[in-house]
Amino acid sequence: QLSLFRFTVKRPFSTSHSSVDSKEMKKFQLLAHKWWDEEGEYAALHSMNDIRVPFIRDTLLSMSSNYHLGNPLSGIKILDVGCGGGLLSEPLGRLGASVTGIDPVEDNIRTADRHKSFDPVLAKRIQYKSSSLEEIVEESMETFDVIVASEVVEHVADLETFIRCCSQVLKPEGSLFITTINKTQLSYVLGIVVAEKIMGIVPEGTHEWEKFVPPEELEHLLESNGFSVKTVNGMLYNPLLGSWSWVESTSLNYAVHAVKSGAWAQSHTADTPPQTDIQQRSATAGTAG
Amino acid sequence: QFRAMAALRGLRAPLTARLRAGPRAPLRSTASAPPLYDVVVSGGGMVGSAMAAVLGHDIHFHDKKIALLEAGPRKEYSHMPDSYSNRVSSISPGSATLLSSCGAWDHVCSLRLKPFQRMQVWDACSEAMIVFEKDDLDDMGYIVENDVIMSALTKQLDAVADRVEVFYRSKAVGYTWPLPSHSCDTSPWVQVELADGRRLQTKLLIGADGHNSMVRKEAEIKNIEHQYDQSAVVATLYLSEATNNNVAWQRFLPTGPIALLPLSDTASSLVWSTSHDHAAELLAMDEESFVDSINSAFWSNINHSDFIDTAGAMFRSAISLLKPSGTAVRQLPPSVAKVDPESRAMFPLGMGHATEYVQHRVALIGDAAHRVHPLAGQGVNLGFGDIACLAHHLSAAAFNGSDLGSLKHLLKFETERQRHNVSLIAATDVLKRLYSTTLVPLVLLRTWGLQATNALPPLKVRI
Repeated sequence: QLSLFRFTVKRPFSTSHSSVDSKEMKKFQLLAHKWWDEEGEYAALHSMNDIRVPFIRDTLLSMSSNYHLGNPLSGIKILDVGCGGGLLSEPLGRLGASVTGIDPVEDNIRTADRHKSFDPVLAKRIQYKSSSLEEIVEESMETFDVIVASEVVEHVADLETFIRCCSQVLKPEGSLFITTINKTQLSYVLGIVVAEKIMGIVPEGTHEWEKFVPPEELEHLLESNGFSVKTVNGMLYNPLLGSWSWVESTSLNYAVHAVKSGAWAQSHTADTPPQTDIQQRSATAGTAG
Repeated sequence: QFRAMAALRGLRAPLTARLRAGPRAPLRSTASAPPLYDVVVSGGGMVGSAMAAVLGHDIHFHDKKIALLEAGPRKEYSHMPDSYSNRVSSISPGSATLLSSCGAWDHVCSLRLKPFQRMQVWDACSEAMIVFEKDDLDDMGYIVENDVIMSALTKQLDAVADRVEVFYRSKAVGYTWPLPSHSCDTSPWVQVELADGRRLQTKLLIGADGHNSMVRKEAEIKNIEHQYDQSAVVATLYLSEATNNNVAWQRFLPTGPIALLPLSDTASSLVWSTSHDHAAELLAMDEESFVDSINSAFWSNINHSDFIDTAGAMFRSAISLLKPSGTAVRQLPPSVAKVDPESRAMFPLGMGHATEYVQHRVALIGDAAHRVHPLAGQGVNLGFGDIACLAHHLSAAAFNGSDLGSLKHLLKFETERQRHNVSLIAATDVLKRLYSTTLVPLVLLRTWGLQATNALPPLKVRI
């Protein structure tokens, strides 16, 4: 759920290219205890499970030949990056997966741990850790079958580092699922102004339009870092019904499924043209509403 | 901003009202915690047992833990007695499909049941009659003894004993409700306390404990109820002569409807709804008088008045002008020769409807949610319909990894079933009241109504 934040003095060493942002951290700390109120601040995330869980589940089932419908994700190791209070980890755990949920905000991990503790099945299947993605890379090289980064990349300081780390901890041909928000005029009006300031669908200040990620940029970063993008789907939230649905247009929210290529050599660095990047950013900045 | 949000939340179902602030479930360390089930069904009658069996056979519940609590002892149904039981149900084709889905219908068919293809319903105060029949002469329904259904369900529960644990002689004496999930320091599950002191926890409690449902009362769900001033007399009857007994008969007497439901070519089951006094008389009288009363109830025209008869005949001619095939052939009900001596019994009738079928982690099904007059033969079919709907939603929720006790899908079940049930319960209630009178205008109304309904295919099909 959350993004990766730069830790403060506690850590003896911090990578220079961290994807963590300390301002983001503070925002989520205040709401740490609100995660599991289905009608509260995180209601939209709870109802997002109705489409993102089937998306992950069905994609994985379609790639597998050996599963039981009573325990469809059994045997699959999933990393939930920015797991927050565990809203997505728990359903994935219930479907049989072994889930590791990481989040830099300790209060979130505490909430998540407490919530899963009442269900002995979940307590065994899910492990939570207060950590950033970079911090687990060394001990988790090529460990996970699946990574889910839902509503995370729009909070990340350095998206390319983030993607690279994902690649490192994923097994070859492992799947990466991302849901995030596009950077368009529409997403500014609806995603920030309406959602945060007017309707309170999202707690105010959660998002910064500057950090929204257009699907083209995300796809490009993924493809240049050893991933093959398989699916991009638009998502739409209906505030009156409180429910999400799949739509053609990716101008607001969207989901991506990418697969790490089997033959990718870890040392190969992508030549991302920084020029075009800056040009892109200033162009879109000009149209910011 | 907050006002807008609050207004918006108000537009949607006010869920906060459903999240109880009852006695808190204390936090226990996992070491001493009572066993946790995914679903506990309270009540092991036909509906409760079917609910547990259907979930137990659902593929998405393969790895889940289900418990069924039944206050009574386990009944052995190893062989059916030769005589018929006096408690029977009219099973609709939809209910038969549900029982098929958990493998129970095959057992029912191999034990005993009576399909019927026709239902004739008529008035005691006029010649008006309505006949229900499927165009292709398919089975309209089946008359099955309740014991036969229980035997079939018990077998199917045994077949999934690794998932469904049946607790016999286990009456639930107390329920403790959880606070809504975000207050993390108390147990989020429903606590169930049994009479012998054992405790269970569950993510979802399904109340199938009958019209005096304790689950409903403890959940403080308001129930709209009404005792009819009627009791139903049941008995097993033997016919004067063997016949192709494939019609269900019902005649509306001023005192209440009398129904003859086929059990075999020589036997039928009686369900006679009448005043408490008359019911007591029927039970007390000797067997011959009892049989005479039944035959008289079906055959006598004592309640006809010339006026009504003429009015009815005129209406019928009018219909036959417009729609020549509009009036059906009147068949004659069989006459009864004998009653099975031990089989006479009576029970009081009432109507009930719970204002809510669900709350956080609680769902009501069957008579716990709704109680109807037997005149429509729908009682247990409504319960089986509840099961089909709830099982569908729970199965989808399980496959989505959702919390089974979440109101989100429970409310969908409630909406679908209330929409279906309320109109049927209301219609049954109206019919019951309409037919409880000899007042000429109302008799005329229902006479014409019945005849018109009989003549109009679309209306009949809907029923």
